[in-house]
Amino acid sequence: MKICVLVKEVPDAAVEKRIDPSTGRMDRSGEKNLNPYDTHAIEAAMQIKEGGAVPVEEVVAVTMGPDSAVRALHKAVSLGADRSVHLSDPAVAGSDVAATGYALAKTLQRESPDLVLLGQQSDDGECYTIGAVVAEHLGMPSLTQVIKMDVDPESLRCERQAEYGYDTVQIKLPAVISVGDAINEPRYPSLKAIMGAKKKPLDTVTAADVDIDASKVGGDNSAAQWVAAKAPPAKAAGEIIEDEDTGETVEKIVAWLDERKLL
Amino acid sequence: MSNILVYALHYDGAINKNSLGAVSEGAKLAAELGGEAHAILLGENVPQDLAASLGKYGAKKALVAEGPEGLAQPLVDAMAKAITDGGYKYALFGGGLLGFEIGAGLAARLGAGVVMEVTAVRAENGELIAERPILGDSSISEVKYRSDVGIIIGRLNAFEIRDVGGADAPVEQLSFELSSQAQQATMLTRGEQRGADVDIEGASILIAGGRGLGKAEGFQLAEDLAAAFGGNAAVAATRAVVDAGWYPYAAQIGQTGKTVAPKLYLAAGISGAIQHKVGMQGSENIVAINKDSNAPIFEFSDLGIVGDLNKILPKLTEAVKAKKGS
Repeated sequence: MKICVLVKEVPDAAVEKRIDPSTGRMDRSGEKNLNPYDTHAIEAAMQIKEGGAVPVEEVVAVTMGPDSAVRALHKAVSLGADRSVHLSDPAVAGSDVAATGYALAKTLQRESPDLVLLGQQSDDGECYTIGAVVAEHLGMPSLTQVIKMDVDPESLRCERQAEYGYDTVQIKLPAVISVGDAINEPRYPSLKAIMGAKKKPLDTVTAADVDIDASKVGGDNSAAQWVAAKAPPAKAAGEIIEDEDTGETVEKIVAWLDERKLL
Repeated sequence: MSNILVYALHYDGAINKNSLGAVSEGAKLAAELGGEAHAILLGENVPQDLAASLGKYGAKKALVAEGPEGLAQPLVDAMAKAITDGGYKYALFGGGLLGFEIGAGLAARLGAGVVMEVTAVRAENGELIAERPILGDSSISEVKYRSDVGIIIGRLNAFEIRDVGGADAPVEQLSFELSSQAQQATMLTRGEQRGADVDIEGASILIAGGRGLGKAEGFQLAEDLAAAFGGNAAVAATRAVVDAGWYPYAAQIGQTGKTVAPKLYLAAGISGAIQHKVGMQGSENIVAINKDSNAPIFEFSDLGIVGDLNKILPKLTEAVKAKKGS
């Protein structure tokens, strides 16, 4: 079995996120981290590989993004992926969700994976829909927010929480699965793995290399078109208490509750 | 023709509340565009009267398709067929997991633009413009569509339910073929309830616990505080801790759980992810205790306490008890 894991570089949580006012797109200049949700997808791949229920030949990390996205791939490889693929092309910059999913699907097609895993959402744009777009282009079944996955050579038995409780779904491979963060506790990379990450094979491809139709990608060709940004309705800032003396803090909370007749 | 096709999720003989909101919103927008809103339902023997009842919320027609329930891809197939045959200009979804999956798959199938987490939609010059909050709701993007079909996926509870008292919608059977990918998934069990059947929707005070409680036993702190508040208080939970098995599913707030609006919502060890926020932001008073001063929940709480809940909650419980006793 070959597993591809889609990963993404996102702004570090410590870096303030902002929108470029001229394009409405995320200003990605401050990015430097692997999307934390993606680490659960890599861990899920590693657990299948190490679990022994099915032989796994390879775990391949795949990303799309500017040169700096290589750092997300290095992190993915340090967490256990065998090699990585980087779709890097100015033509795909600014793609919306639908165009990004198409470009990633074309990149994956060349790898012919039996299983594509991804995180439940990204830490920046909150687009937990990319898996369904990729699956549609690949003609594969898909399920999102999976929190338990049993694998056999032909299929997956997945559990996830949906609108009315927990669902159990049997899915034939190949398939695209986005995993919820409750599925596992991702491991920390060893120092040796971090040092060795840059030595593992990294394949950089352009849009043309993977037969992407350039008229379907990029900001200008995306079907969802940003027109304007506006500020949300102003909300009075809440009061914040830093707890130094807990007795005093609790007194303040009780007074606050009492004032609002909540006690 | 500017007709809007609205997905109506149904389960156990009832239409999902978010779908009722989406049908209401679709009917309003379609009227502004000079078209009609039609609803689509898919399932095994969907009751005709259930489909027809969407007329009350403004649907002028209900399409009913026969297929496996609870999975997204059969609906992508059915909606793509309806849109190709019927010339719909927009597809609209209420908030919820299935809506996100179907909408995204449909966008890929039709080469359509898609906007998700939409909180408002307006008609302008014969087209729809969707508003989507981004960056932790600090800014709102306005988006329109260049494609023949535009797909709008609402945020949970974004669209108000309006019973306009319309007549029963005529019901039409939609025949379609399942794609090969849709045939690769089989629902084994659906809607399994995990944990005790607790009632949180009637409570006027909710003590909600998240991952910050540390472990399942940590919920005792929340239960003690709820008990101190008395009969109108209950304990709620986030998805993360419910998935981890710390607390019953019936107590879950948010995207795939309950939506609540109590007088007091006290969030203990909850970061405040958007999927949680959408289920509780209507609460009258929001108090948050979290050790991370950067937690998003502080951006929408009325009173925020940065500190260790293991120290604060027991003392708060004692103080509330003392106050109630006085």
